[in-house]
Amino acid sequence: MRYVNQPVIKSDAMALVTGKPVYMDDIAPRDCLVVKLLRSPHAHALIEDISVDKALLVPGIEAVFTYRDVPQERFTLAGQTYPEPSPYDRLILDRRLRYVGDPVAIVAGRDEACVEKAMKLIKVTYQVLQPVLDPHEALDGEILVHPEENWKALCPVGADNKRNLCASARDEMGDVDQVLADCDVVVDQVYRTKANQQAMMETFRTYTYMDHNGRLNIVSSTQIVFHVRRIIANALGIPKSRIRVTKPRIGGGFGAKQTSVSEVYPAFVTWKTGKPAKIIFTREESMTASSPRHAMELHVRMGADRDGKLRAIDVYTLSNTGAYGEHGPTTVGLSGHKSIPLYHDLEAYRFAYDVVYTNRMSAGAYRGYGATQGTFAVETAANELAAKLGMDPVAFRLKNMVRQGDVMPAYYGETATSCALDRCLLRAKELMGWDEKYPCRDMGNGKVRSVGVAMTMQGSGISGVDVGSATLKLNDAGFYTLLIGSADMGTGCDTILAQIAAECLDCDLDLITVRAADTDTSPYDSGSYASSTTYVTGKAVEQACEKMRQKITESGAAMLGCPADQAEFDGSVVKNLADGSQVTLAEIGWKSQSGFSGDLEVTVTHSSPVSPPPYMVGMAEIELDKETGSVQVINYVGVVDCGTPINSNLARVQTEGGIGQGIGMALFEDVQYTPAGKVRENSFMQYKIPNRMDVGNITVDFESSYEQTGPFGAKSIGEVVINTPCPAIAHAVYNACGCWFRELPITPEKILMKMIDNPENP
Amino acid sequence: MLTIREYVKAESLAEAYELNQKRSNRVIGGMLWLRLGSGNVNKAIDLSGLGLEGIEENDEEFSIGAMTTLRQLELHEGLNRYTGGAVRECVRHIVGVQFRNLATVGGSIYGRFGFSDVLTMFLALDCQVELYKGGILPLETFAAAPRDRDVLVRIHVKKRPAKAAYLSMRNNSTDFPVLTCAAVCLDGAWQAAIGARPGRAVLIRDQEQLLSGTPTFEETKAFAGYVQEHLTTGSNMRASAEYRKTIAGVLVRRACMQTGGM
Amino acid sequence: MKIQFTLNGKKTEAQIRPDTTLYELVRQLGCLSVKCGCETSNCGLCTVFFNGTPVLSCSMLAARADGGRVETLEGLQAEAEEIGAFVAGQGAEQCGFCNPGMIMNMIAMFRELPDPTDQEIREYLAGNLCRCSGYEGQMRAVKEFMKYKAQKEESGKEAKV
Repeated sequence: MRYVNQPVIKSDAMALVTGKPVYMDDIAPRDCLVVKLLRSPHAHALIEDISVDKALLVPGIEAVFTYRDVPQERFTLAGQTYPEPSPYDRLILDRRLRYVGDPVAIVAGRDEACVEKAMKLIKVTYQVLQPVLDPHEALDGEILVHPEENWKALCPVGADNKRNLCASARDEMGDVDQVLADCDVVVDQVYRTKANQQAMMETFRTYTYMDHNGRLNIVSSTQIVFHVRRIIANALGIPKSRIRVTKPRIGGGFGAKQTSVSEVYPAFVTWKTGKPAKIIFTREESMTASSPRHAMELHVRMGADRDGKLRAIDVYTLSNTGAYGEHGPTTVGLSGHKSIPLYHDLEAYRFAYDVVYTNRMSAGAYRGYGATQGTFAVETAANELAAKLGMDPVAFRLKNMVRQGDVMPAYYGETATSCALDRCLLRAKELMGWDEKYPCRDMGNGKVRSVGVAMTMQGSGISGVDVGSATLKLNDAGFYTLLIGSADMGTGCDTILAQIAAECLDCDLDLITVRAADTDTSPYDSGSYASSTTYVTGKAVEQACEKMRQKITESGAAMLGCPADQAEFDGSVVKNLADGSQVTLAEIGWKSQSGFSGDLEVTVTHSSPVSPPPYMVGMAEIELDKETGSVQVINYVGVVDCGTPINSNLARVQTEGGIGQGIGMALFEDVQYTPAGKVRENSFMQYKIPNRMDVGNITVDFESSYEQTGPFGAKSIGEVVINTPCPAIAHAVYNACGCWFRELPITPEKILMKMIDNPENP
Repeated sequence: MLTIREYVKAESLAEAYELNQKRSNRVIGGMLWLRLGSGNVNKAIDLSGLGLEGIEENDEEFSIGAMTTLRQLELHEGLNRYTGGAVRECVRHIVGVQFRNLATVGGSIYGRFGFSDVLTMFLALDCQVELYKGGILPLETFAAAPRDRDVLVRIHVKKRPAKAAYLSMRNNSTDFPVLTCAAVCLDGAWQAAIGARPGRAVLIRDQEQLLSGTPTFEETKAFAGYVQEHLTTGSNMRASAEYRKTIAGVLVRRACMQTGGM
Repeated sequence: MKIQFTLNGKKTEAQIRPDTTLYELVRQLGCLSVKCGCETSNCGLCTVFFNGTPVLSCSMLAARADGGRVETLEGLQAEAEEIGAFVAGQGAEQCGFCNPGMIMNMIAMFRELPDPTDQEIREYLAGNLCRCSGYEGQMRAVKEFMKYKAQKEESGKEAKV
């Protein structure tokens, strides 16, 4: 193929590497009001009194808003399809403050200096309340995070605000307790993950202005323009028809920008004042008042026969959604639905969960979306089980893993129509040199090198929900415009979708111009999340191209004076098969602009009833310093089945990047709270993301299956790639020192102290 | 962000000292972490016009100007030959090249931050600080003293027959250290500086002469135990007191084993 | 206060506050390639050259630039394109937000170390954080660029002979 599965360079690449001004703060007008938020210093409090008089007197201050000034209908900031599973539990500003960082007032002024000065002059009297930080204490506890009567859940997700419950459910097959009781070997452990930060390099930011038609324009670094339109309409209580949302280039998202973290504030200011406004989150705000991963505690029980046949898996997840419920009811589902189905022929499984509110920062969507947490727990349990069985964990997986054609009861009953997980495992084993390296080698001087393994799956869009659309237009001179509503946040989907179009239309890539994500002009798209864009929107593009070819053939045939079924379009000309006469695409384009009443424009909207999982195997080789507990990743091998990789370069870099983030999560990205409920890791000084000396050598390869429902056999790749490092590294650490670590991150101190406490494990 | 009312590029050390006597004024070094502060500075006193950047080497000593950057330390051949590369090792984990091109030796030493790799390293060498008013005094004395309003001019590293090694433990390769350790043998006498305890670095001498000139594994182990015994550690978000104490022994032992230099 | 300095080869005069950072100043002067990713001098996004050395512009007072020479990627477009093409060739630019700072530092690295080892590359660029790429593609780009540079020099030599 000419463009599919090729290392095509991203269309925006040279602009990005040469530093062109293409991001939100580069293009925002210079005279925007600067918007900042005064934030709660308390984890739980009521505003008893708030006085803004002095703040308003500061020269340059345009407006100060408090909870008294905002609409009283609750809404959610979650970027999800309506009706959202996330409860409507927010106000723009609320009298009750639910975490350290909850907005108390919105201040807008001429420049940063005057706004900061005004913020200091706002006088707030707080009634400080006891916070609830522990999810165990929160569930059915006395302190309620959302006691308000106008809290509401739009979907039946098992929520009950009077129990601090954001969601609760259970899914099972067979009698898991009975089967586990009958198993020869059972692992029964609890695993914990932290509220990791996406830490995209560009923090949350938005600018807003009123246009000549009196409509509110929102230009935001967002993955979800259409959802933002609804969220702003809900929050401000204004008609959706009065709102337009677009996005410039985005400096990274990873799910963070699937929640409307920053948009409502400048939108409210502009709506009230009529003036352009912008908000740029500081890194500290991005680390303390944003939308990180849900911290989860997972209780896993897994049982097998003596010969290593896995018989039952039981997972109970307790998820901490923090102060608000964005993505709470849905992320938790993936902790079981994307981990249990990795193993086939189970006699029984059970997956149950509770999602609770606490007075911590509200969680959101982060790459992996619950699957990352579930994979850490279930894959570590699988490694523990293999160790108990005395089996090579690779052999254990080859015996029990899901294979192509298997029905996956724990994955909504879908069939694994395209699955090369077994080939991924064998290829990873070969690339790692597993047989030579497993379990460990002593390097002298207290250092041990060891290996670990994990596998994973994700989805490709949300089945039956996510919608992707493509509008394709033929222009004069024979070039195409492709309009899409998905958001390229660095992933390269603008280029990937153009590749699909160029392949389908048999044309040069530079004849496809892509315009993305403008709620006024793009066809509807749910947005770029849930690993959906290539699979869902990509399919819409493929179908739009088919229809376009037909229309071109018809137009050409009309020009040639022959029936359409006797004409053929080869990408550049339409030929009359009977007499060999032809018209060029350029001629057809020109004709379409003169005395033409047909249409050379197609819109296709697509949704998939299934969500075929991409699969991956990750293997880590680490060096553990047994005297200090320090871990260095030496090699990481990732082998992925994402179906057909549409862009081989971008698929590879997605994988490497996901592995890098996973390594950080496994080893040092910690989130600690003070007893009063303040996040300690509030900056890049304290929250350490990996730098290039921390990640070791990453080797990536692909073992592709072919997914019939995807464009050119493609599935997704964006999220699956983050899931394996945590369990694979935990496994390698076990193989080096004999101790299991079931709470992330696995820091040198945890390792060393546990080794000292367990001297029998040398 | 720190607010600054006036920026003064000092024309002489006397002027800098004079200005610095007012509590509301402040000497600025490498300027790092400006944005972390929230206070108000009346006059920011810049020493960058006083020729204090650079390292001079003669037969007796290295004289390091207060405005010398950490990157200059890292790349200085003489200093690294003298310390067997220990000086380079002590700075190379500090954030990144761009950071080290700004951060100054004076800032690191004057600040006497607990996490300072640079303070740990120089404390273990025969090192003196030169203050504008206070004159020359041993770094060890200076390191233990409270901050005052004097101006640090340069530091002097005496060239004595030395072997040195530097090791640090970090949770992530460019993070603040969890523990720092410089082991130095000066004229046959051993000492180890331990920093990031997390308090300020301290110097512990081998007063019982547990180590010989070319120490054996057993000797280094004995000295490591001695250091652990005499070391006070604390806890912060990066590690506990107990963990620090445990690895202090490991770092001291390893550093003593790998010392190199003149 | 008023300062004079050279910005991308052009004599420039600017009225600044004493606490204006160099980052703020260069952006005000239209050098929008310079980005800010943190407040704690940790990310490297704001890297510019001051008197030829890479520094964090967010951490340097603009006042100190008085009389000095400042360069941003706007002033190094030819070099940025040359190296950047190799980053783009790997798809390693991803979201691009860290790229200007990283490309600046890559240029600085090659001025200082014409033929760096893998370890030297990792260490020199360690202060440039990237959350997208996992760094591996950037490493491939640097190595491909080194090959290209070596070939260019080789053919240059041949041409002279």
